[in-house]
Amino acid sequence: MIPGVAADFSQDNIWVSLVKAVLIVVFLLTSVLFAIWFERKVVARMQVRPGPNWHGPVGLLQSLADAMKLLLKEDVNVTRADRVTYLLAPMISVFCALLVFAVIPFGPEVTIPFTDFTTPLQLTDFPVAVLYVLACASLGVYGIVLGGWSSGSTYPLLGAVRSTAQVISYELAMGLALVSVFIMAGSMSTSQIVASQAPLWWFIPLFPAFVVYVISMIGETNRLPFDLPEAEGELVSGYMTEYSSMKFAWFFLAEYINMLNVSAVCVTLFLGGWRAPWPLSALGDGMLNEGWWPILWFLVKLWAVMFVFVWVRGTLLRLRYDQFMVFGWKVLIPVALAFAVVVAVMQWARRVAEVPLENTLVVIVIVCGIAFLAIWLWPERARPEKPDESAVLDAFADGYPVPPLPGQKLPPSPRGRRAPLEHEPDQEHQADDLQKEGVTGE
Amino acid sequence: MTNPYVPVLVLMAVAAVLALGGVAASAVIGPKRYNRAKLDAYECGIEPTPHATGGGRLPIKYYLVAMTFIVFDIEVVFLYPWAVDFTTLATFGLVAMLGFLALITVPFVYEWRRGGFDWV
Repeated sequence: MIPGVAADFSQDNIWVSLVKAVLIVVFLLTSVLFAIWFERKVVARMQVRPGPNWHGPVGLLQSLADAMKLLLKEDVNVTRADRVTYLLAPMISVFCALLVFAVIPFGPEVTIPFTDFTTPLQLTDFPVAVLYVLACASLGVYGIVLGGWSSGSTYPLLGAVRSTAQVISYELAMGLALVSVFIMAGSMSTSQIVASQAPLWWFIPLFPAFVVYVISMIGETNRLPFDLPEAEGELVSGYMTEYSSMKFAWFFLAEYINMLNVSAVCVTLFLGGWRAPWPLSALGDGMLNEGWWPILWFLVKLWAVMFVFVWVRGTLLRLRYDQFMVFGWKVLIPVALAFAVVVAVMQWARRVAEVPLENTLVVIVIVCGIAFLAIWLWPERARPEKPDESAVLDAFADGYPVPPLPGQKLPPSPRGRRAPLEHEPDQEHQADDLQKEGVTGE
Repeated sequence: MTNPYVPVLVLMAVAAVLALGGVAASAVIGPKRYNRAKLDAYECGIEPTPHATGGGRLPIKYYLVAMTFIVFDIEVVFLYPWAVDFTTLATFGLVAMLGFLALITVPFVYEWRRGGFDWV
């Protein structure tokens, strides 16, 4: 038994670990195939079209067909690429993405059928498991950065630079949101955190942290509405523009595995992990929280979070880059930090000072009241004056073919040598048009 | 198993085999019909722009983000052990951490006011 860890791995040996590791990889690969189908199908239903429905039952084999196609495609190594880094980058991406599930608990201890061998449904766990998850997620950025940089092309480089700034910014908000979970659970071991959620899942008392986590997990995995590193309209497909065949497939796979990773972390830390939802958890003395049932609850919650990913993608538009960064730094990080402080003070009052609940509530009400008054009475910043819109608009001022904005003074045209446009020809039509628009002509 | 990190190594080995194997397989299986245009950088069909040596210049903003990130990342790293041992450290830990957070907030507000987080 490892101190500070709820699950007991004392019966596992290296062969059990190998079996579990292979099962995790197989689970992730099949989940990705399913996730691609799921995403396409759900987005299609949201846009009132059928989606993939040709290969296999309800199109389920579509993503398998895509994967086979990618495997059989030509493996292009662009000439300008830095060869070694270019080859290594997709492998780093997929390698780091596959590691996170090592510490995700799928369930409690189970007895393998027909034997008396018991083992937790988890590869391993240690007192700093969540730190390990964050480390793997951060290292995954190297794949994107090196891939974009080594391609020797403009779009991938821009995508890589954007991705770095984005992922590190949102990782901070994510890390700060997790602090409140650690304060409440008193541990960073995933099995211990799941065990601590037996009375109440953390997303209820820590709702603001949960919201910050959900937003930053979408930013962290470069998904819509935050998929700026591969914004199709601007950067072709960002850091993976120059990749083809399996190298492209690895980037694609890593992106979907990362979605599964952050969803699984979300489920484990906020949504009770493998614990059965409330009315079911009370059934039959908690029998649904034992044995093989928890896998079902874990998967249901995992796919519920994955559905949120797809739902957000189907609903929201891509943000502009500056709005996105400002949102991360000026909204998410201060909110996450402030909430961590609030949780710390509350927990101190409850656990250390043992203040009665009524007193705590009174203090909360007073603090909220002061904050509300301060926001209400804070002097508002003067709005910039609106330009005078009553001025007569001359649509054919120097700005032709782009009419000037109301009140705009145009600089002298660089094509000044050209004679100013006379409205001599077509005088009658011109007058008509101007009258229709209610503008007085010259 | 006494060492909980050994299974991570096992998973790393499996992941590495998969990552290497996939790329190697496609290099062997796939067709090889190259031409100059196919091996050139993609730029929507036009001749690709020549790259400056060393990757060219990037907006200074990214550098600022990286600097601020380091400050906050270290802050988060300090927060984690405190959060785990929250009840043991009790009042002393809370006061010390609130002081630390206040000290971090000062440069954060300074950078905010100086426009370090404005992108336009």
